[in-house]
Amino acid sequence: MKSQLWLASLVALSAALPAAADTAPGDVAYTDGAVAVSLTGVAGDAAAGAKVMTTRSEGNCVACHQIAAMPDVPFQGDIAPALDGVADRYDEAQLRGIVSNAKMSFEGTFMPAFYKTTGFIRPGDAYSGKAAPENLPPILTGQQIEDVVAYLLTLKE
Amino acid sequence: MQHRRTTRNLAVAAALGLALTGIANADPAEDTLEVTTDDATITLTTTAPAPAAVADVFDTVYSGWHFRDPDTRDMQRDDFDNPGMVFVDLGQEKWDEAIGTNGESCAGCHEGPESMAGLRAVMPQVDEATGKLMIMEDYINTCVTERMGLEKWGTTSGDMKNMLALISMQSRGMPQNVAIDGPAAPFWEQGKEIYYNRYGQLEMSCATCHEDNYGNYIRADHLSQGQLSGFPVYRLKDAGLVSAQQRFVGCVRDTRAETFKAGSDEFKALELYVASRGNGLSVEGVGVRH
Ligand code: HEC
Ligand code: HEC
Repeated sequence: MKSQLWLASLVALSAALPAAADTAPGDVAYTDGAVAVSLTGVAGDAAAGAKVMTTRSEGNCVACHQIAAMPDVPFQGDIAPALDGVADRYDEAQLRGIVSNAKMSFEGTFMPAFYKTTGFIRPGDAYSGKAAPENLPPILTGQQIEDVVAYLLTLKE
Repeated sequence: MQHRRTTRNLAVAAALGLALTGIANADPAEDTLEVTTDDATITLTTTAPAPAAVADVFDTVYSGWHFRDPDTRDMQRDDFDNPGMVFVDLGQEKWDEAIGTNGESCAGCHEGPESMAGLRAVMPQVDEATGKLMIMEDYINTCVTERMGLEKWGTTSGDMKNMLALISMQSRGMPQNVAIDGPAAPFWEQGKEIYYNRYGQLEMSCATCHEDNYGNYIRADHLSQGQLSGFPVYRLKDAGLVSAQQRFVGCVRDTRAETFKAGSDEFKALELYVASRGNGLSVEGVGVRH
């Protein structure tokens, strides 16, 4: 019991703190919106990515996008293009760029930048309505981005 | 000029050969709001030709009522089923009560609440005497403090919202007709700027959701035009009244932003601007939403 609790808090910690080797949000190199190099050097886990995409407090991608491959996820939004077959339209580097900061690929898009920490108007502390802490973390960690990209790469038609 | 964004996105999307599913396709329910009251049946105007303020972006403005599911819409068709009416009654009790330090009551100065008919329809407005932008809460608090000698009521307190509901009911069925020119103009401009600002870590503006995407779904929420005609509304999710100022706090918070405070100068200006986008819609008294 005890060791399980330990494990749980370790997992929570590692989710909250970016690993030292991660490329910092400000250092990500975009070429025409694409990001060629992994943000963490650790291969993405598609199953973990699917969870990030459907969890309200994390990516919550399904708030805006429909994904036919996730029939069990209720109430998928439709304010953005469906993601079906997205891996046929974009390669890994392009997808990493879109998820990290979609504004580099689509000028003025309202898709949020998930790996960006500066340049906001009145940034808040998550959904508390209070001011952001001095070191505002990106919405997703580098590894969460890699996991999401790994999942997106499975969306072929 | 941020409201031009849809067009720009469209061009970008077209250039990339994308499916254009992100573009607003309005599908408000086709329905008519006839309300059975204690003594009559009245029909409220819930769609109207777009007023001047938004004629460049909308043809028609819709009450948020059109975007709610049939059960929620039904609750607003009969005052007996409208859970907001309980709070109107509480407002009436407070209206009649001698709460002032010298035993004053609202009724003592204003007689029945019917004396307030028409006021909700033109609020917010600039006060002629002081040049200040007033929301209803400010008028109420002026009486509470200066004429009754009490501590001011919290902007989103129960007493305040009950009184908003009572006063709003006196204008039910009247068209919203908020002035945007003359002394109101600078406040209107300020509110407009706030409306199109992309706040928070999600970098979304009011327009992103309520102008570019009304009729679409964001997760389970059917996005409306974000009109104020139903306010204060009874919100099933909160099991209580929600004022416009409170709704703004919630919407800005949902962009992962530091919100402005309810009753702040920013949100007062925003209320004037948003109200003007619905000029022509009937004041609903107390709407029902979920
Ligand atoms: C608030 C809305 C919103 C959220 C949340 C959102 N997106 Fe998007 N996304 C968009 C919009 C809008 C576009 C279209 C780009 C444009 O503006 O032209 C888009 C485009 C995309 C595309 C390109 C699709 C194509 O076919 O061209 C991908 C891939 C994508 N998003 C992935 C994601 C992932 C993964 C997440 C979550 C981690 C996510 N999105 C969250 C709004 C959103
Ligand atoms: C991230 C999306 C989003 C943003 C940004 C947003 N809102 Fe909303 N808003 C919603 C949702 C969801 C609802 C509930 C469903 C509806 O009526 O659209 C709502 C409801 C409302 C309502 C209630 C309408 C009614 O009839 O009950 C008003 C008024 C409103 N918003 C105003 C605003 C204003 C003003 C802003 C900017 C300061 C704003 N919203 C920004 C998502 C948003």
